[in-house]
Amino acid sequence: MNPTSSPNGKPVLSASHINKSFPGVHALKDVSFELHQGEVLGLVGENGAGKSTLMRVLAGVYAPDTGELRMEDDIIHLQSPNDAAKNGIGMVFQEQSLLPNLSVSENIYLGYEDEFMRFGILQWKKLHAAARRQLEKVQLDIDPSARTSSLNFAARQMIELAKTLTLEERTDRHLIILLDEPTSVLEQAEIDILFERVRALKQRASFVFVSHRLDEVLAISDRVLVMKDGKVVANLSNDDGLDVHQLHQLMVGRDLQAEYYRESQQRPYDETVVLEAENISLSGAYHDISFQLHKGEILGIAGVIGSGREELCRTVFGFFTPESGQLHVAGKPVHFKSPTDAVRHGIGYIPRERRTEGLVLYLSVASNITLAGLRKAMHNGLIDYERESGIAREWVEKLSIKTPSIRAMCLNLSGGNQQKTVLAKWLNAESKILILDHPTRGVDVGAKEEVYVLVRELSNAGVSIILTADTLEETIGLSHTILVMRDGVITQRFDASSGHKPQQLQLIEYMV
Amino acid sequence: MSSPQGVTPTGLGSSALSQTRSDRERLLYWGKRLAQWAPLLALLALCLLIGLLSPQFFTIRNFIGIANEAAPILVIAMGTAFVIILGSIDLSVEGIVAVSGVTVVLLARNDFNNNDYGWLSVLAAILLACAMGFLNGFVHTRLKIPSFMATLAMQYVGLGLATLLLAGNFAQMRDPQIRGLVLNRFPVFPDAPANGLPYATWLAILAFILAYVIQRYTKIGRYMFAIGGGEDLAALSGVRINRYKLIIFTLAGLFCGLGAVIRAAQVGLAQPAIGAGMLFTSITGVVVGGTALSGGEGGAFNTLVGVLIVTVLHNGMILLGVNPYIQQAIQGIIIVVSVALTINRGRLKTIK
Repeated sequence: MNPTSSPNGKPVLSASHINKSFPGVHALKDVSFELHQGEVLGLVGENGAGKSTLMRVLAGVYAPDTGELRMEDDIIHLQSPNDAAKNGIGMVFQEQSLLPNLSVSENIYLGYEDEFMRFGILQWKKLHAAARRQLEKVQLDIDPSARTSSLNFAARQMIELAKTLTLEERTDRHLIILLDEPTSVLEQAEIDILFERVRALKQRASFVFVSHRLDEVLAISDRVLVMKDGKVVANLSNDDGLDVHQLHQLMVGRDLQAEYYRESQQRPYDETVVLEAENISLSGAYHDISFQLHKGEILGIAGVIGSGREELCRTVFGFFTPESGQLHVAGKPVHFKSPTDAVRHGIGYIPRERRTEGLVLYLSVASNITLAGLRKAMHNGLIDYERESGIAREWVEKLSIKTPSIRAMCLNLSGGNQQKTVLAKWLNAESKILILDHPTRGVDVGAKEEVYVLVRELSNAGVSIILTADTLEETIGLSHTILVMRDGVITQRFDASSGHKPQQLQLIEYMV
Repeated sequence: MSSPQGVTPTGLGSSALSQTRSDRERLLYWGKRLAQWAPLLALLALCLLIGLLSPQFFTIRNFIGIANEAAPILVIAMGTAFVIILGSIDLSVEGIVAVSGVTVVLLARNDFNNNDYGWLSVLAAILLACAMGFLNGFVHTRLKIPSFMATLAMQYVGLGLATLLLAGNFAQMRDPQIRGLVLNRFPVFPDAPANGLPYATWLAILAFILAYVIQRYTKIGRYMFAIGGGEDLAALSGVRINRYKLIIFTLAGLFCGLGAVIRAAQVGLAQPAIGAGMLFTSITGVVVGGTALSGGEGGAFNTLVGVLIVTVLHNGMILLGVNPYIQQAIQGIIIVVSVALTINRGRLKTIK
């Protein structure tokens, strides 16, 4: 699979046979690649393909289980981000790591103040001067004593880059900069500037660039590494007519397996409208969105990051209130000010971050299951523990939640079982509409299938579902109907009933 | 991924991982077990130690003394514990106790004015305390002021108000019925009347039971733990956070009011400093009992044990003739040590 690449000089970094497992997930499988001097290596793959894990291994956040990293002729062992920095590897973070309450200079040299101390006193002049030199490298003309919070995202991204470039002065090695989704918060014009700077910096450093937006990857990369299910499936040179579709096909790989998503059990939905959005808009997120959700329907929303689908999905659960337009639940206009209002209208939400959004980890499984519908466990105004246990046992059995006991803390459950507990919570609360926000993220393959089976059963039992999935495959496989969004508007609506499933490429056409 | 049966993609490398993990789990389990029982064991050990050193300790008389001393603190600490479980803190205890204590004395028969409202004065004092607790909650939730600041302000408002009500003096309680809370005992022993427990102390026990029932059997109790365990999560499950915070702060006010009445009946005197020391003692009791300051854990029973530890220790030091200044220092050290212990416990868990 390797050498379609055109090496210019010897590699500055080579990874061979890297493996990394987490409990239940084999995140990197035998990953090998080389990074050459002055090269921009694009890294693409679906969510869960292993891109982030690979980046974290390179940045010293995770140590690989097996395999080795070499720089020039030395084997390197990265135990921490600090080790990586010593070897000239720096990461520009997706969520910006600058402290907004400090000045630009302080941010650039955070942790290295000693270089500017004399007799224990910080020499501000020297610090600002040094910071200015770093800023020149990225051609950013701002006052280094400015408070970081006063700057826009594009400038902050440049400062991140400048901060990483300080590594030049601390290492003898060739500089390697990891860019993890650096464009996700930038406007097109700002992206152009970033790319221009990256190109200009190629004499100084090599880059690994991760982005969801394939057109960007093609615009900036010299070579593209495609990952899928933890493996490198292609290593392509970006000089001979590589296009977005080709990349996408490689990322998706396998043919759609109908039965994986229990397609044969997909029944037509009822015509009753349970939820309707009428021309709703939220500035900066989506505009003039209308759709209907029917009883028992699974409505998949597809779109890249920034398409507004996440915001739309969260609007239905009351996280955001649309600025104009109207939501209707069961034919009645509703106005959600908070998730509490949505819950009251029978809407449930399965979040992607179960550990921080789905479960109270220090409460028992039983208490979590009854949390949204405690009334059912009460008798004469008091909580009836027998009744609660009965309810919990019923759901634990129905959804086959694996737990040592119903009074065990949710903390001790695996990802898939936590997800099922969240589901049980909403089913106990008799939610009629469920919002599944990346329901299988961080869930291993076996548990994913169980979730698919459950989703199918719920839909057949008349629960309506709005789904934003991690992959297009999942969206197509599960949904009755698919809305495709781009730049905050719905660009196409697909019927995805059993036997009429659209192809991924058809969807992509309207996504990018 | 392609085979539907591929349920276990775990490689060989993870078996070692799961081994260490289960060891850690076991450690955590026993650690947690021990931590759960530690306060009670500490209380028993403390009793034994003091009993060995002082023959007066294991006497009915002394135990009743301990119960009486613990009574107002226990009641107040129930509210303090609830607020801490919620993940907030209530520093207004002494302010509320001052206002309520002064109110009950000034409205009942006393030597300062001509009022004589009897039980109504108790009701008024408790309602006033509820109102102050509600105001704490209101300022905290609606004006979004951190609870420590909102309640600290209320502390001083309360102390100021109480001083104003008394115009700088103090007043003696003359109401026989309210004083009777302390003087009348149950059960009645004709030959040894001092062996019965005063009504006021029974009242404190009832307050404890009430707190326990609220904690374990009501929505308020359940949501209190949910909010303390993760406020955002609770909100995502449809829990009305602000409403339940208001209820808890109001309840804390209620317990403070009841504690103030008991205290006022015990000392028979109203002065702004009537609650002096109660804030520190109640928080010490809560924390020593094993309720983590980070919220979401602990409860009424823990607090009962904690308050008893603090009271027994105080009692023991008096029996042993420890210098009062040293007594204070020891109290201070104990709270630091127990906070350190609860924080450690929290850390262990987040590591997981």
